[in-house]
Amino acid sequence: MSAEFDQKIRTTLADANLQLAIYTATGRLKAARIATVAPDVLPDYQELRTQANALKRHAIENLDHYLEQFEANVEARGGHVVWCKDATDVADFVLSLAKERGAHLIVKSKSMTTEEVDLNERVEHHGLESVETDLGEYIMQLAHERPYHIVAPALHKTRYQVADLFTERLHIPRETEPEKQTMIARATLREKFLAADIGISGANFLVADSGAIVLVENEGNARLTTSAPKIHIAIAGIEKIIPRAQDLAVFLKLLARSATGQPLSVYTSFLSGPRRPEKGEIDGPEEFYVVLLDNGRTRLLPDRGKRQSLYCIRCGACLNTCPVYRKIGGHSFPWVYSGPIGAILTPQFMGISHEPALPFASSLCGACGEVCPVKIDIPKLLLELRSDVKKSAASETADRWERLAFKAFAWLMTHPRMYELAGRMASAVAPSGDGGWIRTVPQALNFGPMKAWLAGRDVPPPPARSFREMWRRR
Amino acid sequence: MAKRVSLFVTCIVDQLFPQTGMAMAQVIERLGYAVDFPPDQTCCGQPAFNSGYRSDARTVARHFLKTFEASECIVVPSGSCTSMVTHHYAELFRKEPETLARVEALARRIFEFSTFLTEVAGVEDVGASFPGTVTFHDGCHALRELGVKSAPRRLLANVRGLELREMEPAEECCGFGGTFSVKFPELSTAMTRTKIEAIERTGARAVVSLDPSCLMQIQGALSRAGSPIRTLHLAEVLASR
Repeated sequence: MSAEFDQKIRTTLADANLQLAIYTATGRLKAARIATVAPDVLPDYQELRTQANALKRHAIENLDHYLEQFEANVEARGGHVVWCKDATDVADFVLSLAKERGAHLIVKSKSMTTEEVDLNERVEHHGLESVETDLGEYIMQLAHERPYHIVAPALHKTRYQVADLFTERLHIPRETEPEKQTMIARATLREKFLAADIGISGANFLVADSGAIVLVENEGNARLTTSAPKIHIAIAGIEKIIPRAQDLAVFLKLLARSATGQPLSVYTSFLSGPRRPEKGEIDGPEEFYVVLLDNGRTRLLPDRGKRQSLYCIRCGACLNTCPVYRKIGGHSFPWVYSGPIGAILTPQFMGISHEPALPFASSLCGACGEVCPVKIDIPKLLLELRSDVKKSAASETADRWERLAFKAFAWLMTHPRMYELAGRMASAVAPSGDGGWIRTVPQALNFGPMKAWLAGRDVPPPPARSFREMWRRR
Repeated sequence: MAKRVSLFVTCIVDQLFPQTGMAMAQVIERLGYAVDFPPDQTCCGQPAFNSGYRSDARTVARHFLKTFEASECIVVPSGSCTSMVTHHYAELFRKEPETLARVEALARRIFEFSTFLTEVAGVEDVGASFPGTVTFHDGCHALRELGVKSAPRRLLANVRGLELREMEPAEECCGFGGTFSVKFPELSTAMTRTKIEAIERTGARAVVSLDPSCLMQIQGALSRAGSPIRTLHLAEVLASR
């Protein structure tokens, strides 16, 4: 485990206020999800999950076909598709377009894909101003932090912390009422919307048969982002493709419910192409671009099992239900995607050496797989990634004692007499516990897994006889 | 004429909680089964599998297959170890069709203890008596991989003098997670503290589960906190008279 990962986990666990904030906020989202997918509210929930899984599988297995169909339909409506292989490609495209059009100000709606490619940092480095317009993202941008959660970026911030942040960064009197804080952000952001040259959004779905992108949001900022500036750029991972507009009947029923426990989000926008004055259209951008990003996604395609990671619709349900996320929060995770989905995406997108301990930071309780609206088998993928980590060259040296221990384990477990003898020897050296459980062991035994266990738990005293001894004697 | 049952007591029950195994044997024998204990049994191999060492896990799994090949019906006092055999052995042997066929045949004959009682033996009242208030902890693999939810509750409902008080949330992990518990000890115990708060809110004096490993985690933390609440395997409750 990297020292950084270890440190972040410890720091988060030690912060009582943060613990309460994370647990409360995720608990609210979790309860809301459960209420809106309950059998009496959504009787076909399980069938919808099965359908969503089948649709995603079909789309991912025919990715080339549907992406080209999408491209043709976007171009036919006067939009442009830009294929980008990585973060540099995306930044280059945005920067060169901004330069050609003389653009200075970008407004952005919420997009994990742009977080993934560090878009703000990259464009700001070249003198452009890029402003987040989702309230949570705006707060995080002011705080110079990355999103804490896929859906609720500022989930860990209390209103008092937001008040302090606004006072410090916006130079205004302290305001602790969330409604008033929203109004403050709104006033600031309205000016940005009106002055912006470019609007950048993500896309929840790319619809192949119509060339439309679909955006799901609650604040209306994505609508302003995509319609007020003259140029709209939508940046999406290639896995966001779905074959037909009618498939949205499945996905839209699942997405908001899984994410926030809403039957539908407040706004669902279907955007296809720039404004067409010749058809009498009076709003929408003058230019419309869809950036299709690979950034490692195609590397997942050859593996039948692992490519299901690309089915993810970024609802965040796995985070809210995960007992690990609910303790260590979003910033302990080593990349922009946190929680169970982050634990499977990060090693596959960034390489397992990015944080080899990540797939192990799970009790494999399976709660994530149970709530995933597209039925990604996250626990199974975590197990596969664990195996990948141990098969890596780095593990040969990093895990040499553990590897040896498991070799010994396998030997012992296939030699029952030696296994029994080892058990007796362990009992002989263990302290008795004087009737209760054991709190401390002699120094010579207090290392490795025993020491780790004893850090927070007592150990059971060894029984006078093992089960097999008792069985033989009865 | 007596139907035969082989016990797979698991390594943790064998080495640390033999009374759980004895209680399980007692309950099954009272139902008229002939119980045996294949003496070569050790572990299912899950620790190696979950730690990423699939080749070592495969070695242990082969031993398990050999040990239980002759058993007609195998009963296990753990949802997690049962699930290792029924849900994960197939992954270990997916490239060996012959072994895979043996695994699949074995998987049909192995049962988690409460499932065995309700589904195979067809019993919900084993004639047990246990005065007091208990709460029930759902082990994650029993719950989510095996789909065991009502069986232990139906069995507990028929225990004389026992009052079951559900904790909220009952379905959240206790924090054990095998080697996770020692690879991330602070995180693991933080999860257990949340579990214990849920247990304490019920006012129950004991927490019952199907999995000795969850119980070890919970009891370890309860004992450290000096709590009087004790942990019991379902078999121990059902063996009480």
